[in-house]
Amino acid sequence: MPGSEAPEARTMFEKIWSRHRVLERDDGQTLLYVDRHLVHDGSAPAFEMLRSRGIAPRAPDRIFATPDHYVPTDPRTRQAIPNDEHRGMVEALERNAAVSGFRLFGLTDGNQGIVHVVGPEAGLSQPGMLIVCGDSHTSTHGALGALAFGIGSTEVAHVLATQSLWQRKPATMRITVDGKLGFGVTGKDVILAIIAQIGAAGATGHVIEYAGSAIRGLSMEGRLTLCNMSIEGGGRAGMVAPDDTTFQYIAGRPFAPQGHDWDAALMRWRALPSDPEARFDTEVTLDGDAVAPMVTWGNSPEDALPIDARIPDPAMEPDAERRAIMAGTFAYMGLIPGTPLEEVAVNRVFIGSCTNGRIEDLRAAAAVARGRRVAEGVTAWVVPGSAPVKRQAEAEGLDRIFTEAGFEWREAGCSMCLGTNGEIAAPGERVASTSNRNFRGRQGPGARTHLMGPAMAAAAAVTGHLADVRRLMVGG
Amino acid sequence: MEPFVALRSAAVPFARPNIDTDQILPARYLSRPRDDNHGAYLFRDLRLATDGSEVPDFPLNQPHWRDARIALGGRNFACGSSRENAVWAFYDHGVRAVIAPSFGDIFANNAVKNGMLAVTLPAADVATLIAQVQADPAAEIAVDLPSQTVTGPDGATYRFEIDPFAKKCLLEGLDEIAFTLNHAEEIAAFERRLGRDNY
Ligand code: SF4
Repeated sequence: MPGSEAPEARTMFEKIWSRHRVLERDDGQTLLYVDRHLVHDGSAPAFEMLRSRGIAPRAPDRIFATPDHYVPTDPRTRQAIPNDEHRGMVEALERNAAVSGFRLFGLTDGNQGIVHVVGPEAGLSQPGMLIVCGDSHTSTHGALGALAFGIGSTEVAHVLATQSLWQRKPATMRITVDGKLGFGVTGKDVILAIIAQIGAAGATGHVIEYAGSAIRGLSMEGRLTLCNMSIEGGGRAGMVAPDDTTFQYIAGRPFAPQGHDWDAALMRWRALPSDPEARFDTEVTLDGDAVAPMVTWGNSPEDALPIDARIPDPAMEPDAERRAIMAGTFAYMGLIPGTPLEEVAVNRVFIGSCTNGRIEDLRAAAAVARGRRVAEGVTAWVVPGSAPVKRQAEAEGLDRIFTEAGFEWREAGCSMCLGTNGEIAAPGERVASTSNRNFRGRQGPGARTHLMGPAMAAAAAVTGHLADVRRLMVGG
Repeated sequence: MEPFVALRSAAVPFARPNIDTDQILPARYLSRPRDDNHGAYLFRDLRLATDGSEVPDFPLNQPHWRDARIALGGRNFACGSSRENAVWAFYDHGVRAVIAPSFGDIFANNAVKNGMLAVTLPAADVATLIAQVQADPAAEIAVDLPSQTVTGPDGATYRFEIDPFAKKCLLEGLDEIAFTLNHAEEIAAFERRLGRDNY
């Protein structure tokens, strides 16, 4: 190739990809080495597959596990999980950890939590790593400048057996958000605005790199929220180039490199960002100044609108097929076309999940809850993303702010995000939720989910309806 | 894994875009062991009403589509959660091939690992096939993996692309874990070369 002497400009994705290449086949598949394998209490089938083949995990020291999907979030011990199947999932994880010898942050461990909160928080997720987990929101860890993606059970078994995974190189997409985010606008609003723009399949087959001044201005926690929902735009993974915000976040965490190792790691990490000339297969831009606090109205995360908008009217939709789909959504969601979003009353509020269950999220929600009361007839839960988040929040007195306002303050876990632990909303109940999926039945059969950021969810709790948090905020 | 070579069957259509794996297999069945018949959970909350009765107009409840071994999907079919149980639900129900304009990446990967073929065809072609089976629910579609073709009820043939290794795995019922373990030496060499700090 002419000019192949000059060093090729590479994206961050390509740098990480090539560093993890074990071997490449003629047909274009690459065997990639996995640095960190995160495991949760839904991973039991993969361990069964391994056992049935008589194989032990190849690298137990690269596996870290915590129960999250099946744990109750009211006061708990393992024996207190009333449902046999749910308790069985948690016990299976404990057994697999004991047999295979990998590190488990168990139910009563001080580090337990949602796997995508625990990884970054413990310093396990680091720039340049290849991280996988049998869960689609593994994209979260890309916020630290890692290549992180979700896999299915058979692939989990493959990684357990071989510490590697066959992949065909995905395409790259850069989403650039320049500008300054407005008052009351968070990482959640940015990602909802992005998905509304590109669609729920907009990034299919792509690894996304988020770039631009508005992204660089986000805190680490905002970036984690952003990358978390990459999968909701169809992306295989999402990532943000590591910078001083990243390094400050990692420094001093339990599994972060220390001393000389830290200096060496920093050298490697600083070389990770995409080269200025690097080319992406697809480029998308969004005006950061124009993003408003967002909420979803439908059953796909792409159905997101600024809070001051009205719910669309299917009658205005020229395409017959789309009109029919919208009619189905309105029936499920129990909405009246054309209603201002702010007039939609809610029954329940869920603040938590791997999207928005971190300390900064709880601070933002508490700032709105402080001195107010949860509206009559509304049940509002705050579920910290991890035990350390819970401790930190309690040290700051956030739990008291919430309980005094009438919120329930609970233990760490996935809880109502998915309800696999039995914590679900009743049919027809409308939930203001800080989680990532508004799919039909996601929070229980017949439950109606509206996605939003944590301060917006707190605003819904205290007003009893979807509300523009900017009017409730100091300075707003 | 059971090999997949070719199939001719009625085809059940799920035309709506963005059908997620939470619809295909509701979360409350995620703690069931693999040897449970997951076919019973396929689209459970769309197929059955809360009282357990069948929802009359749901496609899977139509006489000709009950035993369809092919499914037709809309754009971004089976997006969302990585739950492999969604593939098990189709598989146990008897569906061995899904044709859609695009898939959730993880679902498409999971399908191959379970001997189920996920075929991507242009949206217009999928729309044609859906219109044809809706007009005549008994109409059959043929899928042939060696020649990488789908043949519609009218005889029209559509060629599809598939990853060569995925094709080989499906045709031979190959166990990928066993395949990769043949490369254990290369993996060990990689580990020695980069030590612990390979990231
Ligand atoms: S919080 Fe929700 S999205 Fe995140 S891992 Fe748990 S169930 Fe999945």
